[in-house]
Amino acid sequence: MYGLGMAKGLLVTAKNLVLPSRLTSVQYPDRKVGILGLARAGGMNPIEFVIRRPGEAVRAMVGMATVAERLPQHPRFRGEEFTWYEQRCTGCASCAKYCPLGIIRIVTSESGEQVQEGQKYHLDVFDIDIGRCMFCGLCVEACPYDALHMGSGFEEGQYRRDSLVIEKDRLVAEPKRPSTWFRPQHAAARYDPHSTTEEVEWTDAGRHERPSPAEQRDRWARR
Amino acid sequence: MGESTQGTGFDFAGIYGLLDGVMPESLDWLVFVITALILGAIVLNALILSTALYTWFERRVLGRFQSRMGPNRWGPFGLLQPIADLVKLISKEDTVPEGADRPVFNLAPVVFLAPALIVFAVLPIYEGSFVGALNIGLVFIVAITSVNTLGVFMAGWASRNKYAMFGAMRGVAMLVSYEVPMGLSIVAVAAAAGTLSLSGVVMGQNVPFLLVMPLGFFVFITAATAEMSRTPFDMIESDSELGAGYNTEYSGIKFALLQLNEFMAPLIVAAIVTTLFLGGWRGWGPIPGAVWFVGKTFIVVCAFLWIRATWPRLRVDQIMGLAWKGLFPLAIVNIFAVAIEVQVLRDGQAGTLTRGDLWIMAGINWAITLLGAVALSRVLGRDRASRPAPRPLPLANMYGAGRRSGPAAGEES
Repeated sequence: MYGLGMAKGLLVTAKNLVLPSRLTSVQYPDRKVGILGLARAGGMNPIEFVIRRPGEAVRAMVGMATVAERLPQHPRFRGEEFTWYEQRCTGCASCAKYCPLGIIRIVTSESGEQVQEGQKYHLDVFDIDIGRCMFCGLCVEACPYDALHMGSGFEEGQYRRDSLVIEKDRLVAEPKRPSTWFRPQHAAARYDPHSTTEEVEWTDAGRHERPSPAEQRDRWARR
Repeated sequence: MGESTQGTGFDFAGIYGLLDGVMPESLDWLVFVITALILGAIVLNALILSTALYTWFERRVLGRFQSRMGPNRWGPFGLLQPIADLVKLISKEDTVPEGADRPVFNLAPVVFLAPALIVFAVLPIYEGSFVGALNIGLVFIVAITSVNTLGVFMAGWASRNKYAMFGAMRGVAMLVSYEVPMGLSIVAVAAAAGTLSLSGVVMGQNVPFLLVMPLGFFVFITAATAEMSRTPFDMIESDSELGAGYNTEYSGIKFALLQLNEFMAPLIVAAIVTTLFLGGWRGWGPIPGAVWFVGKTFIVVCAFLWIRATWPRLRVDQIMGLAWKGLFPLAIVNIFAVAIEVQVLRDGQAGTLTRGDLWIMAGINWAITLLGAVALSRVLGRDRASRPAPRPLPLANMYGAGRRSGPAAGEES
C-alpha cells in the first residue's frame, strides 16, 4: 500500500545502474576498449603507449580498438573437436560401436605392427561428424586405450555441413589439448587446456603408466 | 517576453529585424518567409539531433538498468549507433500492406511527428523562445499534443492489421482519458501563475511549482507519461501482446519517423514539465538560462528513463481506472486547493503572488498531497485488503513440508 513497492522497484533498478558488480555481461569474442583499456591490455601506461604505438592509440580514441575476451571454460568442458592419439589407438572401433548416433566412421586394415604386444590395425578412415554429435562423451568412456579424448574448443562454426566432419588428418595434426572429462589422470595432474598452451604427449595420456622393463620383469618373476 | 525584440537576437523578431535592414522594403514577405525557414531549420535540426543522441543515451542507460551493456560497438561508447540505425532503416524496403488505406497510411507518421516539433517552437528555452512567445501557450500545448492521438489512430486504422488496430484503439482510449487529468493539472498552473503564456508561467515561478503544487506535478507527470505512451502505460505498443501495436505494418523510413517521435516525446514532455513545474530557464548565478533549461530537462528525462526501466505495464482496465478513479479526483482537489489559496493570498491591486505567498501555498499543498496519497491508496487498495489471502494447494507448494501451508500429510486420512 501507499506505493512503497514501486519505490522498492526503483531502488532495485538504481542499484543495477550504479553498482558495477551488477553488470554481469561478458563480451565475446572481443570487447571495445578506449585508450586506457588498450594500454592496460598491452601492459603499458597510457603515455608510453601513445608514444610507442601512435596509430593504435588513435584507433582506440575513435573507438575502433578491441581486446579479445572470453570466459575461461572448466577443464572438464566437453569441447567440440576431439583429441585423438593415433599411437594409442588400436582400431578396435569401440567408440564407433558405443556412439548412440553412429557418427564415427572407422575403416581399418591389417598393419602387422606390434605383433608381440597384441595386434594393431592400421586406420584408413577415422571420421567424426560433429554436426550430428551431441557430445555425450560415450565414445570417450568406451575407449579402452585412452586414445580418444573430448576436446577443449567451442569455435567450430562452419559455413557447410561437410566441413563439420573431423577427418583423420585433422585429428592427427591438431594440437593435443584434451578435456579432462572422464580422464582423471589429467585432472590429477592438474591439467587445464584453457589456461595453458602445453600439450599432452601420447605417453602421458593413458590411465595407467606403461610398466618399465624392470617392472615387467618383476611381474614375470612373481608369476 | 514576446516583446523582447532586442533581447537575444535569436528569436523570430531578432532575425526578422536583422534581415529587414538588409533587404529592400518591397520584399517584406520574402523576409518573413526566409526567417521562418531559418527558424524551422534550426528547430528541426536541434530537435532531431538531440533525439538521435537521446536514442543512444536511452538504450545505453536502459541497458545498464537491466544489467546489460547497451549498444557499444559502433564508435566510442557506441555513440554512432543512431547513424547505423538510420542507415539500416532507410535502406529497408518501404512496404505498404495489401488493402491498406494508402494516403492515410503514408500520412500517419507525419501527423504523428509534427505536433512534437511544433510544441518545441513555442517553449521558452531561454529568455524568449524560437518563434516568440504565444500568449496562449498553455492552451496551445494541450491542443497540439492531442493531435498525435490522431496519428496513432490513423496508423492503426490504415494498416489493416488486427494487432495494429487493437493497439490504436487501446491507445486512443487511453490517450483521450489522460488528456483530462493533464489538462486539469495545467489549469492549476495557469491559476497560480495568473497567465496562459508560457513565459508568464516561468516568470510566475518565484518558487518552482513542483514545490507549490506537488499533487498537480504528480498528476501531470503520470498523465504525461501516459500521453507519450511509455512503459507503465505503453498500451499502444504492448509488444508482449500485440506484436508492435500501431506500427506493426510500418517499415523503412516511415517506421523511422514513428520511432523518432517515440524517442522525441520524452524530450518534449520533459521540456514542458521543466517549463511548467521546475521554473524553466530560471536559475542562480552567471549560468545562462538555456543551460539551466537543458539541465533541468535532462534530469526529468532521466527520471522518465528510470520509471521506464522499472515499472511493468498496467492492464487496460487498470489504466482506465487509474485515470478516472485516481488522477481525476486528485486533479480536481488540486485545482480547488490552488484556486482557493490564490484567491485568498493574492494581492488585490496587482493580482500577483509574492514569494512568501507561494511558500504558504507550498506548505498547505504538501499536507493536502500527503492526505490525498494516503486516501487514494486506502480507496484503491481496499478491494485487495478485504480479499482473503490466497491459500496455496499442497501440490502447488514447492518449498517442501517445512513450509507447507495446506493440510498436513497426516490430516487427510
